[in-house]
Amino acid sequence: MTDQLTTDPTKPAQRMRAGSLTIPLIPWVLAAALVMILPFIFTANSAITIMNQMAITIIFALAYNMLLGQGGMLSFGHAVYAGVGGFACVHIMNMDDFFSQIPLPLLPVFGGLMGMGLATIVGAFSTRKAGTVFAMISLGVGELIAACSVIIVAFFGGEEGISGDRTYGMPFFGVEFLQQIEVYYLIAAWLMISAALMYLYSRTPLGRMANAVRDNPERAEFLGYSARWVRFFSFVASGFFAGVAGALFAINYEILTEENLNTTQSGLILLATFLGGVGFFFGPILGAIVFTLVQTVLSLQTELWAFYLGIVFVVTVMFFPGGLAGLLMMHVPAMRLGKLGRLGVPYVKTLGAGAIGCLGAAALIEMTFHLRHASAGDHSMTLYWITFESHTILPWIVAIAVTLVGFGIARRTAPALAEAWNDANTPDGAPR
Amino acid sequence: MDLILVNLIDGLVTGLLLFMLSAGLTLIFSMMGVLNFAHASFYMLGAYFAFQISLYLGFWMGLLIAPLVVGVLGAGVERYGLRRVHQYGHVPELIFTFGLALLIEELVQFIWGKNQMPYATPEILQFTAFSIAGNSIPAYKIFMIFISVAIFIGLLYVLTRTRVGMIIQAALTYPKTVEALGHNVPLIFMGVFGVGTALAGVAGVIAGPVLGTFPGMAFVLGSIVFVTIVIGGLGSLWGALVASLLIGWITTFSKAYNLRMEDLLTWLGFTKPQPIWDSAWRDLWSITSPQIADILPYILMVLILIFRPYGLFGKRDA
Repeated sequence: MTDQLTTDPTKPAQRMRAGSLTIPLIPWVLAAALVMILPFIFTANSAITIMNQMAITIIFALAYNMLLGQGGMLSFGHAVYAGVGGFACVHIMNMDDFFSQIPLPLLPVFGGLMGMGLATIVGAFSTRKAGTVFAMISLGVGELIAACSVIIVAFFGGEEGISGDRTYGMPFFGVEFLQQIEVYYLIAAWLMISAALMYLYSRTPLGRMANAVRDNPERAEFLGYSARWVRFFSFVASGFFAGVAGALFAINYEILTEENLNTTQSGLILLATFLGGVGFFFGPILGAIVFTLVQTVLSLQTELWAFYLGIVFVVTVMFFPGGLAGLLMMHVPAMRLGKLGRLGVPYVKTLGAGAIGCLGAAALIEMTFHLRHASAGDHSMTLYWITFESHTILPWIVAIAVTLVGFGIARRTAPALAEAWNDANTPDGAPR
Repeated sequence: MDLILVNLIDGLVTGLLLFMLSAGLTLIFSMMGVLNFAHASFYMLGAYFAFQISLYLGFWMGLLIAPLVVGVLGAGVERYGLRRVHQYGHVPELIFTFGLALLIEELVQFIWGKNQMPYATPEILQFTAFSIAGNSIPAYKIFMIFISVAIFIGLLYVLTRTRVGMIIQAALTYPKTVEALGHNVPLIFMGVFGVGTALAGVAGVIAGPVLGTFPGMAFVLGSIVFVTIVIGGLGSLWGALVASLLIGWITTFSKAYNLRMEDLLTWLGFTKPQPIWDSAWRDLWSITSPQIADILPYILMVLILIFRPYGLFGKRDA
């Protein structure tokens, strides 16, 4: 992780941008356009539901990365700030007189302020130290508040949670947010606003100091900055955007329960953020998109999706600490040299074979699972659109053969890929 | 008075069980500076392995073999996982062990399914050891106390009285110097990690029959173990002991005695708002001590962190 996390002062791009507010506009315009037209491409209701979930997760993951990636603080209880923001919003929805005075699109501001308020209280004592101590405190406080949800019934609604109705708000230019698509555009607008604000925040001197404190707190202290206050401000800002995400959740689902607060939820956002990559601003966005897809689409296909996700996560931490974004950005030097194309064929050979091997291994896992846990007498299973008998020997031979051949080819072609990689990253004519 | 004695014994059992987990965790922390998030998962693995072994060889072989298997697994995790992630820093290490905890839970569900396993106490210990004023104390509880105390004394003896223990202690503080003196420090680290996880395994073996062997058992105990070592002071063995017993007794006593917030508030001179079901404070007034027993450790932790941030026995710079 160090290589991505550390700000390299010799890189002109980073030095120039530090502190200045000039940002590249093109990616933002493209992103906004994409968000605008997506509902016209995926028109199904289920697709819009998934996209809403995705946008909320993106905001939450970006807020989380303000701590983890930019501030170096690992939180195991960040769902609490989103959850409390969401709970506050549902309560506002239920305050008929007040809610009919404010338009629904303004509601996330209240959620954000609520998350921010809670973060101010907790941050007052939790940001003294970074690293392990901070992680432990965040876990303890997270557990505490999650456990309170069954005790403080007036606010958290106990086990069944609390629900509201978003349509009672003041109509916003005639829109009452009765339909999913209207909610989508509300969430999308907040997604763009929050992402832009968080990006701008990371470019302010305070955001830059957060990076400095992450990399070398002693040195930052010698420069006259209080590491603790810098951490505190990052924490509070992150709490605000987490609260916004929670408020959008409240608007989208109109119900909040203990599940929005607990450690599992906090763990999932860590998973999404880290898989996407904490070293780059767009990492958590990628992570949230992929994670939501896995959570919604893959979980329909297999019961074991969390198992695969766990494997992928552990492998990512061990071998690709930069996450998806780190993997993508590894290709920038080759692209600058104009030699990215040379990687294409070796990639297809090795990664294609590796992917087939993975599918074979997954088939073996699924078949073992079916063998052990299917109800008695249920011998037929369907895998990759093929229905077969899991108690006969043939499918096992096929799966083992596919796995071995896939991984075998990947292993055989790996040296060629390494060779091509070195070649693509070396300028032509340079000594090898 | 009799009830106090019974609760003291119950709290002692809980506390010592907690200590077996937190001792290994705190040793590993003072050694590598990383909290093993998957520690409670090794505890769960201990219970499941012991259950599987007890099906074929009986409870006692399970008690003997399962911790060894868990210890070897733990050493393997250190050797091939943590050591690799170590180069990236402490936060990725923590994330790695977090991922491992998730993976182990999924793995256990994959192999044994989601239901609770019929893992029971051995028949030879299924009798009442003695009874205090009509409250019978099962022999298995005494057995648990006996095992944990024996392990604690053994651990203390090895760490403070033997050559191996001296080298370990030195390696915790001055790894470079110990390495320069010709000792294999990475091997020591791997060994300590293995022993720490094996201790968690023992705790799992003896707690499995009482607390239940199910996929959520690591999650139930996991965060309490962290709270314990934060309260005791990160890296302090004595702190872990004191905090474990403290938490064991606090939770047991608050579950046994039904103290009501209503009485406390009335005693403090507040008047109960009427009607109570419409008041914003209704939850505060209806709180009882068994209800909040499980979150008392967290409240204690937050208080400790505010007033004594390095824990009861922790060093200031830990």
